Amino acid sequence: MAISRLGYRILWCSLAAVTLVPAFGQEPVTLGERLYLGQCAMCHGARGEGGRGPVLAKPKLLHATDDASLNRIIRSGIPGTGMPGTGLIDAEILAVAAHVRQLGAVRPEPVAGDARAGSEVFFGRGRCVACHVLQGKGGIFGPELDGIGARRSPTHLRQSLVDPAADFPPNYAWVEAVTPTGRRIQGLRVNEDTFSIQLRDLGGQLHSHWKQELTSLRKDLKRSPMPSYRDTLTATELTNLVAYLASLQESQ
Amino acid sequence: MKNIILLAALSAMAQVPYERIAKAPSEPASWLTYSGDYASHHYSALSKINRANVAQLKPAWMYQVRGRQHFETTPLVFDGVMYITDPPSDVTALDLKTGRPIWHYRRSLPAGIPVCCGQVNRGVAALDGRIFVNTIDSHLLALDARTGRVEWDVEVADWKLAYTMTAAPLAIKDKIIVGIAGAEYGVRGFLDAYDAKTGKRAWRFWTTPGPGEPGHETWSGDSWKYGGATTWVTGSYDPELNLVYWGTGNPGPDYDGSVRLGDNLYSDCVIALDADTGKLKWHFQFIPHDVNDIDANQIPVLLDADWKGRRRKLMLFANRNAFYYVLDRATGEFLHGVPFTKQNWAKGLDAKGRPIPNPETEPNQKGALVYPDDDGSSNWFSPSYSPRTNLFYQNVREKGALYFKTSVEYRPGRLYLGAIKRDLTDEEPYGTLRALNPLTGEQAWMFKVQSPPWCGLLSTAGDLVFSGTMEGDFFALDAVTGKHLWRFQTGGEIWSNPISYEFEGKQYISIASGSSIIVFGL
Repeated sequence: MAISRLGYRILWCSLAAVTLVPAFGQEPVTLGERLYLGQCAMCHGARGEGGRGPVLAKPKLLHATDDASLNRIIRSGIPGTGMPGTGLIDAEILAVAAHVRQLGAVRPEPVAGDARAGSEVFFGRGRCVACHVLQGKGGIFGPELDGIGARRSPTHLRQSLVDPAADFPPNYAWVEAVTPTGRRIQGLRVNEDTFSIQLRDLGGQLHSHWKQELTSLRKDLKRSPMPSYRDTLTATELTNLVAYLASLQESQ
Repeated sequence: MKNIILLAALSAMAQVPYERIAKAPSEPASWLTYSGDYASHHYSALSKINRANVAQLKPAWMYQVRGRQHFETTPLVFDGVMYITDPPSDVTALDLKTGRPIWHYRRSLPAGIPVCCGQVNRGVAALDGRIFVNTIDSHLLALDARTGRVEWDVEVADWKLAYTMTAAPLAIKDKIIVGIAGAEYGVRGFLDAYDAKTGKRAWRFWTTPGPGEPGHETWSGDSWKYGGATTWVTGSYDPELNLVYWGTGNPGPDYDGSVRLGDNLYSDCVIALDADTGKLKWHFQFIPHDVNDIDANQIPVLLDADWKGRRRKLMLFANRNAFYYVLDRATGEFLHGVPFTKQNWAKGLDAKGRPIPNPETEPNQKGALVYPDDDGSSNWFSPSYSPRTNLFYQNVREKGALYFKTSVEYRPGRLYLGAIKRDLTDEEPYGTLRALNPLTGEQAWMFKVQSPPWCGLLSTAGDLVFSGTMEGDFFALDAVTGKHLWRFQTGGEIWSNPISYEFEGKQYISIASGSSIIVFGL
C-alpha cells in the first residue's frame, strides 16, 4: 500500500517466476521458508511479491546488494524505513537470507529449442519488438524484456506467449475512453487518481484526461493487448522463441 | 515596561490549561487536542472558508520534514504556533505566520525496533506549558513548549519486547493518557496515565486481565500474557462522567484463535475508565475471539442526542469490522449496530450487539476470503461529526483479501500472527467517503475515491468536508450533498488528518502529505 502504484507496476516487470515457491496451503519445507512466512511475508508477500514492503522476488535487491548487507538488514532492519529488525539468531538469519535469495532466482529448468532460431522469430514473424524494448530498441508499449530469462521461468514465458491474459501485474488495466470531442482512445493505464487518468495508446502516445470531462471511461482488468501466439506460430517456432527469451539473462 | 507586559502576556498565552481544552469547541481558532475536542468530533466551527469560496483555496505555505516514513501527524495549533511530529519520533514547532521552524526535538533511536506498520507518529498533546509526545522506542516525553527542551523522559515499556508508541497522547486534567502498540508481536496491552508535571505513572489498566482479575477466564492457559489488545489510537473523554474512552486492538496471535480459546477480553473492545483511577467502568466487545486482526482502534465519537424520546449520552463508533455502532456511553449498553459497507466475517449482530461469526472467514489452508481485509473498513484515520449537518462522516476502505493459515509460536520481539495475506487480483480495491445518519448509520451520500484511503476527515461550519487520497489529491466536498467542490494535487500520499485554525483573522486548513505539511488559505 505504501509504495506508489506506478512504482509497483515498474517493479512488477522484473518479478521472478511464480512457480518456484510451494503453493499456498502447503506446509513450509525449510526453516528459512517457515521463518520467512512468519516474519517477512506479512509485508513482502508469501512469494516475495511485495505488499506493504518492497518486492523481494527479483534478482537484485536495492538495499541488499550482497549477502552481508542482506544478513544485516534481516537482523537490524533499515533505519528510517518501515523495515524493522527481526531479532533472529545467526543461523535463522542465514536460513531466511537463503530463502529470500531463492525467491529472486529462477531455478534452472531445462530449456528445449534453438535460441538462435528463436531470435529470428522474435525480430521477424513474431514482431515482438513492435511493443517490447530489447537492448534499447523497440516499442515502449509492453514491458522491457532485457534479462527476462533471469526473472521468469520458461514455463511462465511459454504461458505468457500462449495466453497473455493468464497473469497480470497489480494495478493493470486496459482502458477505453471517449473524449469530449468524441474521439475514442484506448490503451494501457499508466496512472490514475480520483479525478484524472493517464494512459498510453498502442502507438506509444500518452493521454491525460480529467475523468469528469470524458464522455465515457471503461476499464478492463482481464484484457491483454498482446496477441496469443498459440495459432500464429508453429510448435517449433514457439519452443525456439521461449528458448531465446530464456537465454536473455542480462539486464541492461 | 511595555515589553515586560508583552512578554508576560505571551508566556501566559503559551499555556494550555485543562479548562481550555475542555472548552475547545468555543475556541475554533485553535486545535488544542488530537481530535479537536474531547468528544472527538474532528469538526471546526470556522466558516470563513465555505461552499461559496472554497474553489479559491490555495497553498499559503509548506514545511517539509526529513523522515521517510508515512507522515501521519495531526498538528496542534495555538497561540501562533503549530506543533507537529515528524517520523519516527521528532517534534517541530512552526511559526504560523511564515511556516518557519521555531524549534526541533530530534530523538536518537536504537536500531532494530520491531514495528508492524512503520516508525510513525500521529501527533502531540499539550497541557499547561508542555508538549507531550510518545516515541517509537516507547517513551513518553514532556517538552518545554517554548523551546523543545526535554523536561522529563520516562520509559513506558520495553521496545525490545516490541512495545512501540505511535498515537498522540491525551491530556486530561493533570494527567497524560497514553496507549501502546505491538499486538502483532505478542505484547500484553495496557493503557497508562502519567502525572503531567513529574512523569510519574498514576495508573495502568492492563487490557488482558491477569490471574484473579475479572475477564481472566476468557483466555486459555497463559495466552493472556501475549494477548495483544493494544491501545494505539487516541481516545475520547467525557468530563461530566469523568470517563476516558479508548478502543483496543486485536488479540494475539492475530489469526490463530486455537491457542487463546475464549472471548479474549478486553481485545477488540471500547473500554470506559475512570480518568482519575484507571478503574474499568464498563466495556463493550465488538468482536469476541477475533481471528481476522480487525482491531477496534478507532475513535469513539461522543454525542448527546435524543434516542427514542429520551436524551442520552451516546457514543458513535464506525468500527474497522464494517459495522456502525451506537452505544450508551454512561453504561456501555448496545443500542444499535448496522453494516456501513461490505463485510462477510459476521452473519449479523444479536440483540446485545454480539456478532454471529462466519466460520468461513477464519484463515485456513486454502485461503479464506475476508471482507474487509485486516486494514479494515475504517482504521486509525479520524471520522468527523458536524452538528450543522447532523451527519457522521467516515472514510472507508473497500477491500478484501485471502488469508492462509500458518504455524505460530511466541518468541519475544517476533511477529506472532498465524496467517499470511494475499491481495485479490481480480478486483480493484477502492475507497469511499460516506456520510451517515449518526443515530441509524443510514447513508445520506457517498463519494468514491480511487484507492482505499488512509486519510481522516474534517468537517467545518463552512459546510465542507476535507479529505485526501493515496494518489495525493486533497479535496473538499459539500458537507450537505457530497458534491465535489475543490481539489489540489499535493504530489504525495496522504496518511493524516486535516485540521483547521484561524490566524490573524484568516481561516486555514492544514494537511500532512508525502513529507510536507501544507497549509491552505483564501
